[in-house]
Amino acid sequence: MTRLLDLCSLIRSKNAGPFWLTFDFMARDTDSYRTLRDSGALNAELFAELYGADPAQVLVVNHDRAEAVKVSFPRPVRQGDLADSDSYGGQQYAPLVDLLVGSETPPVVLRE
Amino acid sequence: MEIRILAPTGALGAGFRTESLERGVAMRPHVIACDAGSTDSGPAYLGGGEPKLSREAVARDLRHLLKARDTLGVPLIIGSCGTSGCDSGVDWVAEIAREIAAAERLSFSLALIYADQEPADLVRRYREGRIRPLDGAPEIDEETLRASHVVAMMGVEPIQQALREGAQVVLAGRASDTALYAALPHMLGADPGLTWHAAKTIECGAACAIPPSADGLFVHLREDHFDVEPLDPASRLTSHSVAAHTLYENANPFLIAEPSGTLDTTEAAYTALDERRVRVAGSTYRPSDTYTNKLEGSRLVGYQTIVIGGIRDRVVIEQLPELLPKAKEYFRAKIKDVFGGRVDPDDVDIDYRLYGRDAVLGPHDPARDEPVHELGILITVTAPTQHLAHAISTFVAHASSHLPVPEYDGLASTIAYPFSPPETDRGPVFRFTLHHVAVPESPHELFRTVHENVRDSDDEVTA
Repeated sequence: MTRLLDLCSLIRSKNAGPFWLTFDFMARDTDSYRTLRDSGALNAELFAELYGADPAQVLVVNHDRAEAVKVSFPRPVRQGDLADSDSYGGQQYAPLVDLLVGSETPPVVLRE
Repeated sequence: MEIRILAPTGALGAGFRTESLERGVAMRPHVIACDAGSTDSGPAYLGGGEPKLSREAVARDLRHLLKARDTLGVPLIIGSCGTSGCDSGVDWVAEIAREIAAAERLSFSLALIYADQEPADLVRRYREGRIRPLDGAPEIDEETLRASHVVAMMGVEPIQQALREGAQVVLAGRASDTALYAALPHMLGADPGLTWHAAKTIECGAACAIPPSADGLFVHLREDHFDVEPLDPASRLTSHSVAAHTLYENANPFLIAEPSGTLDTTEAAYTALDERRVRVAGSTYRPSDTYTNKLEGSRLVGYQTIVIGGIRDRVVIEQLPELLPKAKEYFRAKIKDVFGGRVDPDDVDIDYRLYGRDAVLGPHDPARDEPVHELGILITVTAPTQHLAHAISTFVAHASSHLPVPEYDGLASTIAYPFSPPETDRGPVFRFTLHHVAVPESPHELFRTVHENVRDSDDEVTA
C-alpha cells in the first residue's frame, strides 16, 4: 500500500495569515503527482475529520505545473490564541505522513 | 524595456551573504527592496509593538543595504518595519538607519510611511460599512476596534508617492510584501501581471531556491517575461521550485489578492534558462472594482504565568483524565477563597497541555489514545494582571504536583518540576482580532508620510 510520504518529496503545513491554515503536498515526480491527484485522497472530508474544519470551507487545489496538491481552510483556532498549540501551524501535517493512498482503497483510512 | 530588481533577503535581519549582495549590485538593479515583517510570528509583535529580530541583526543587514544603495544611487524600499509594521517599528528602523548614516557617512532623503490606525477613525469607517470581513474572519464590533492595535497594509501607491517626492530610502509601515518590489516597476510602466508575479516570487528572498537559504534573488523584468536567479552562485532555481513558490503561505496559489486587484498565475509558464535561472511568462493581473487595504489588529488578552513539568508514573498518567478536571474545579473554589471574592474565576484561564498525548494536534489527534511512558506537562495560567496570574500559578503548581491519586494512600508527588521556582511569568498575551479590509476613498488615505533629509554630520551645510 502506498503512503502519502511515498508520493511526496515535501509535506508541510503553515499559516496563510493568522486565520487560515494551508497544507502543501509536493509530489516526488509526475507519476506520483498523478496518482495523488487522481486518488482524491486529499479531500474536504479528511480535513474535516482530522482538524475539525468545515468541509464547505476546505479549498483543494491541484497545481499541475508545480506537481503539488494544496489544501487550505480557516484555522479552527486563530493563530496565537490561548487555545492555539501551533503558532506557525507547522506541525499540523503530522497525521497525514502515513495516510494510505490508493485507487483501490477508500480515501479516508485514518481512524476506525 | 528591462527593469532589474534586487531582493537581498526574505526579511531584514535574517541575513544574506555579502558576496551575494555584491553580485546583485554588479547587475545594476533599478531598485533594492526588502520586507521586514510578517504576522507569521503571532499577535505579540503587533499587540506589544516590539520587533522580533534583534537590533544588531537588523542593523547588520541595513548597513549593507544602505551602502549598496549609496553606491548605485537607486531607491531602497523596506516595508513592514519592526515586524508588525506599526509606527514604533518604523521609528525603530529609522533610528537604526540614522545611526548607520552617521557612522558610515551616508546622506539620503528618507521617507517614513506610517500605517497605524486611530480607533476613532476605525469606528467611523465601521459605522459607514467601509470595514468588511474576509473569508474566515472573526466577529467584531466597535469595542474590538477600540481595544485593538490596528495597522493597515499599504499597496504600491504610498510608496510610489514617496519616490515621486524624491525619497531615496523608504521605510514603510505595514505593507503588502509584493508592493515593495512592484512599486518602482509599475511607475516605469512594466506589465502589471508580470510585475506582481515577479514580486511574489522574490518576496521571501531565496526561500524558493535550492537549497532554500537566507539570501537573495535577482529579477530581470522585460516586456513579456521575467527572468529570476539566485544571487548565490552555489544556489539554483528550477521551473518547478519557482512554480511551487506560489503555494507558499497562500490559501490559493493561482489567485493572489493585492489591494488594487488580483494576480492570476493560472496561465503562467515556467521555463528553465539554464541550471540556475528560470523564465516566467503569461501571468495576468485583474484590477478590482473596489480598492481595499487589509487590516490587522491585535489586542491584550491578559497576563500569563507558565509551569513546565513531566510525569513518568503510569498510574498518574492513567488517572489524569479524572484528576485534571477535578483540579480545575478545585482551583475555581480556591480563587474565590484566596481573593475573598474579588477575583471572578471566569476571568482566569487555567489550562493543562499534555505533551506526549495530544498537546500539538488536540482532540482530533488520531494517535491520542496510544500508550505513553512519559508526559510533558505545560500549565498556563492567564489572568487580568501579571500579579494575579503569578499568585494563582503558585497554588496551581503546588496542587498539581500533589494530585490525589486514588491508588495511593497518603501524599504523592505527581509532577516532576525541573525548575525552582516552577513558575515563569511570561508577560502580556495578545490575540489577533481582524481579518478584514478597509475600503478607503483613495490608496493613500490610511497612511501618513514624513520626509526627512539624513545627512552625515560633515555635510550639514547642504541640509
